Amino acid sequence: MFELTDVEHRYGTVRALAVPSWRAQAGEQWLLAGASGSGKSTLLHILAGLTTPSAGRVVVAGQDLAALAGGARDRWRGRHVGVVPQKLHLIGAVSVFDNLRLACTMAGLRVEEARIRALLAAVQVADLAQRRPGELSQGQAQRVAIARAVVNRPALLLADEPTASLDDASAAAALELLRTQAREAGATLVVASHDARVRPLLPRTYQLSEVAAAA
Amino acid sequence: MGPTRLALAYARRRPLATLLVVALAAIGTAVVVLTLAVGRELATRLDRDAQGIDLVVGAKGSPLQLVLAGVYHVDVPPGNIPLAALSELRANPMVAGAIPLALGDSVRGFRIVGTEHALVAHYGAQLAQGRQWAKPMEAVLGSEVARATGLGVGAKFTGSHGLSEGGGGHDEASYAVVGVLAPTGRVVDRMALTSVASVWAVHDAHHPPEAAEEHDHDKAEGGPAREVTMVLVRYAGPLAAASLPRAINSGSNYMAASPAYEMARLLTVFGVGLDLVRAFAALLIVASAAMLFVALAQALDERRYDLAILRALGASRGQVAWVLLAESMTLALAGAALGWVIAQVTLALAGTWLPAAAPLAATAWTLRGNEGWIVAGAALAGALAAAWPAWQAYRLDVAATLADG
Repeated sequence: MFELTDVEHRYGTVRALAVPSWRAQAGEQWLLAGASGSGKSTLLHILAGLTTPSAGRVVVAGQDLAALAGGARDRWRGRHVGVVPQKLHLIGAVSVFDNLRLACTMAGLRVEEARIRALLAAVQVADLAQRRPGELSQGQAQRVAIARAVVNRPALLLADEPTASLDDASAAAALELLRTQAREAGATLVVASHDARVRPLLPRTYQLSEVAAAA
Repeated sequence: MGPTRLALAYARRRPLATLLVVALAAIGTAVVVLTLAVGRELATRLDRDAQGIDLVVGAKGSPLQLVLAGVYHVDVPPGNIPLAALSELRANPMVAGAIPLALGDSVRGFRIVGTEHALVAHYGAQLAQGRQWAKPMEAVLGSEVARATGLGVGAKFTGSHGLSEGGGGHDEASYAVVGVLAPTGRVVDRMALTSVASVWAVHDAHHPPEAAEEHDHDKAEGGPAREVTMVLVRYAGPLAAASLPRAINSGSNYMAASPAYEMARLLTVFGVGLDLVRAFAALLIVASAAMLFVALAQALDERRYDLAILRALGASRGQVAWVLLAESMTLALAGAALGWVIAQVTLALAGTWLPAAAPLAATAWTLRGNEGWIVAGAALAGALAAAWPAWQAYRLDVAATLADG
């Protein structure tokens, strides 16, 4: 599903990330582990096509990302990658329903209202569809953010520290929801986390080396 | 839910700033549209009333005063000229037509004009009631005079000195209304017309020849030396425009003034005033754009993460820039559109409140070319106000913003 080869990212002269090789198959669920500052978020951004690595080759869903630029890369991302950012960040000016709608239109895809309703029901926030994000609890907002990330049936679902600041039960529930939604969308799941509670909940782990972070 | 609807959702989130921006743009636009309408109507009216009058010949003095008194009937004439001047002008081959005017009195603020039937024909006026005057002390009223005074065929009235109401009267000599003209939209609507002989008769009765020296507007009345106030002249050909005014001004005791020239001069002066009002209105629009800029620049900081999320969802750089541009341009256009509507409502109501503004009301609810430019200008101001914030949004470092949280 994706393959990274000799990927390296530098900020100026400082090497921030090194991934010699990582290959994931469709539908697999991975933990991207590493200490804080090890480059987990950077690697997620590279997989999403938001950051171009300083070196190396990144192929996602059969697409060499180096061959995509500008608007083409944005469109590709909207259609193939779902992102659950660490701070969730729903668009506060519009309703929960419209947050999912935006995900479709920004990707240039047709809005399937029935799918949006079904997804909101699946993540148990159907009754909050017309609420503004500011009216939601943290757990409700997280469920909406996950629904938004999978609404376009992405091939790759990326989540950045989804359990940060959650208690054990909520963290387990969030992980389970991510895994379920990824499975139902047929997406490969990559969860970046330094939370020890997450490791036993995901079948595969890619450990970012300390060497890379310190180099 | 595209970028444009999202932009509107953002605008709705800060209603006070949005209202203020729209209100400023609306007031500025309304004032510009109104001054354009007033200027346009003024020019049209001045042009319409002066149509077919190439030259006004009267007593020496201010040429502008002569034109204002003789063509637009809004000023007192500088004096009188001998009746012989009328014959001289009619005998001049450069003159195709000459209509005398004997002015001085008014009826309830409307001027009584001693003239010939040719003046009625000149303005293209038709009788709505009655007939033309046939002998001294018979009068035909313009439509506005009849409407405002309530006088009709068979009624009698007396004149007062000057143009304002309440001047000394000529109670001993009353006019009989024999006809009322249909509305023309020209200055004749505001005149009470009679023969030149009527005006002479009224003043002969009121100021016997021995008292004439003390009277300020008809001092040579009585006896054979009759006077008129001015003569409206139509040229026989284009050459007359070059030589007739010069010939009159240099070779006689009276003066010739060209309405076209004097009105162009007046409009230049008046235009400065209108330009000042427009400049003030433009300032309001600029202030509105400046407010938009400040609001969007502040909003950019608040929305940086929103925009980064939109990019993560697949929005292009152009789309996130458009969110800010669309918000700004929509508010500016809404302000311009609202301003245009306010101006049209004001124009329409002006006709109800002030009968004199009725022609302005008739121009309401018609979008003119230059008003289209105002709307386009407002959109441009909106785009300029959003240019820098939109550029910042375009250049947003999505990865760094998402990482910062």
